[in-house]
Amino acid sequence: MKEFDYIVNDELGIHARPAGQLAKLAKGYADTVITITKGDKTVKATQLMKLMNLCVKQGATVTVKVEGPQEEEAFAEVQKFFNDNL
Amino acid sequence: MILIQGKGVSTGVTKGKLYLFQRQDTTIHKAPAEDIGQEKARIAEAQQKSIEQLEALVEKAREEAGEESAMLFETHAMFTEDEDYVEAIMDMLEEEGCCAEYAVQTAGEQFADMFAQMDDEYMKARASDIRDVTQRILNNLLGVAEGGIDSDEPVVLAADDLAPSETLQLDKSKILGFVTQGGSGNSHTAILARTMGIPAICGVGDALKPEYNGRTAYIDGETGQVVLDPDELTLAGLQDKYQKQQEMRALLQEMKGQPDVTLDGKELMLYCNIGSPEDIAAVQANDGQGVGLFRSEFLYLAAEDYPTEEEQFQAYKAAAAAMDGKRVVIRTLDIGADKQVDYFGLNKEENPAMGLRAIRICLNRPEVFRTQLRALYRASAYGKIAIMFPMITSVWEVKECRRACTSVMAELTKEGIPFNADTEIGIMIETPASIFMAADLAKLVDFFSIGTNDLTQYTLACDRQCNDLGKFFDPHHPAVLRAIKHATDAAHEAGIWIGICGELAGDISLLPTFLAIGIDELSVSPSVVLPLRAELRKSIAKTCTLERLEG
Repeated sequence: MKEFDYIVNDELGIHARPAGQLAKLAKGYADTVITITKGDKTVKATQLMKLMNLCVKQGATVTVKVEGPQEEEAFAEVQKFFNDNL
Repeated sequence: MILIQGKGVSTGVTKGKLYLFQRQDTTIHKAPAEDIGQEKARIAEAQQKSIEQLEALVEKAREEAGEESAMLFETHAMFTEDEDYVEAIMDMLEEEGCCAEYAVQTAGEQFADMFAQMDDEYMKARASDIRDVTQRILNNLLGVAEGGIDSDEPVVLAADDLAPSETLQLDKSKILGFVTQGGSGNSHTAILARTMGIPAICGVGDALKPEYNGRTAYIDGETGQVVLDPDELTLAGLQDKYQKQQEMRALLQEMKGQPDVTLDGKELMLYCNIGSPEDIAAVQANDGQGVGLFRSEFLYLAAEDYPTEEEQFQAYKAAAAAMDGKRVVIRTLDIGADKQVDYFGLNKEENPAMGLRAIRICLNRPEVFRTQLRALYRASAYGKIAIMFPMITSVWEVKECRRACTSVMAELTKEGIPFNADTEIGIMIETPASIFMAADLAKLVDFFSIGTNDLTQYTLACDRQCNDLGKFFDPHHPAVLRAIKHATDAAHEAGIWIGICGELAGDISLLPTFLAIGIDELSVSPSVVLPLRAELRKSIAKTCTLERLEG
């Protein structure tokens, strides 16, 4: 398992557009699970509505975990996604 | 040949397939499922169909409206596929053993609520996206077409009668004309048809049979006839008329860009009546020089709850900005009478035309009024907005309206929100009381606009909705025309301008009378601007007389 913490920079937080793109990205990895944790709540990156419902605002910290056979590849892609879009 | 005789309420000739309007019954009842597996399959099918529709919309939006709008539909498609959302629907189905519709509606509403309760304005607003997605799945389950018209080609829409909220939801690009069983020249369908410049026939009654659905019909808005399978002679006549109509339209195009002035130099302002910001396109296409009546009711009729200040502001701002400095007269809320809105919780009245309506509701409910005034003043910073109050009978009402405006302006100043402090304030002249009081009222406002539909109804004691009045309902009645003259003289005495925004304004046969009376502005359906301009430019104001005012 690999993980990283990320402070959200986007003005609107994790809003519909990046959440949708992230869900799409996560669906590309069938057996590798990507989760997002904020506080005591954890959701899978594929759970678009639940992810938005975390209500991650600008300045909030989330923990992203990646686990599964394509761990390395998925980790790199997700990290890049956060840096580029959030 | 089948010939149906009705009353032509919007002119023009057209030919198209008759399409019987299906009333969308979306009230969903909790019914037990006969077969859970089958209900699940129905949901999966409706979900799949929704995704396909949304994907098509993504493409369409990308080509026509840009990436931002395409992304919205893409998000909707992803919501439709969302595993938790779908799981919640399926769980509901199994736990409750209910029909697919109930499961979708209930689970969908739970998800929408989850967003509505979030502590973030952006996320709260996403609740409406989820409701939209849920409604789409429901429509597919129920087999209800979007915009009420399930046809690839434009049709002649046939209905018993259409409620204002129904006409709003129609996909207007798919309508060639209207045929209704009930209704009158003043019904909303008729007004909509005239705004769109397409023919409409009402009052055909039972002669319009359900089995005509899908058959090709000719409709002639002048004679009020609907013709199926025309014989050779009739067909030739209709085709000739259609041909002439097209030629006439070409001729009218030449009127674009020409000033609104008579041969002897009397200028008139030719404005348009509109029902929503979307109608601005028709105003521009017909070269209207302003908006003389923007009915703000659409915001209230199309909603399920009071529209917010922000929603209203956006709509008014869109209209003001699109008109680019030309005057946009926005009439404040005019519900009651024939326009009912459930969430206002108004009592049912025996005689709503004389009941609690329009400005009376606003003065009774200062919060509703304040929200609209704030939106109007905020929008005034983006164009030339004028505010108009309907159904005025007394001086004190106008004073109270002005006080409400002053207090809203003070609020905005305090909040540092820009607005135009010189925004014109006017009133509708549509009650006999306002005619008698015109001289006093004129001292309190910047303009008058005569609503001839109500003025005729109240002056002649003839109900607009009543079809049997026939010759008794005479909009050309000298009493009505004298009332107009009286208000005009009072307005000019006080140095303010006066217009007509009722249906009478578009009655070309009355143009000489209005010129003689000295009316300054006529606000008409966009499709009437060019014919009226053509007539105006042939007129000589000096030779117009007041003979029609004689009894």
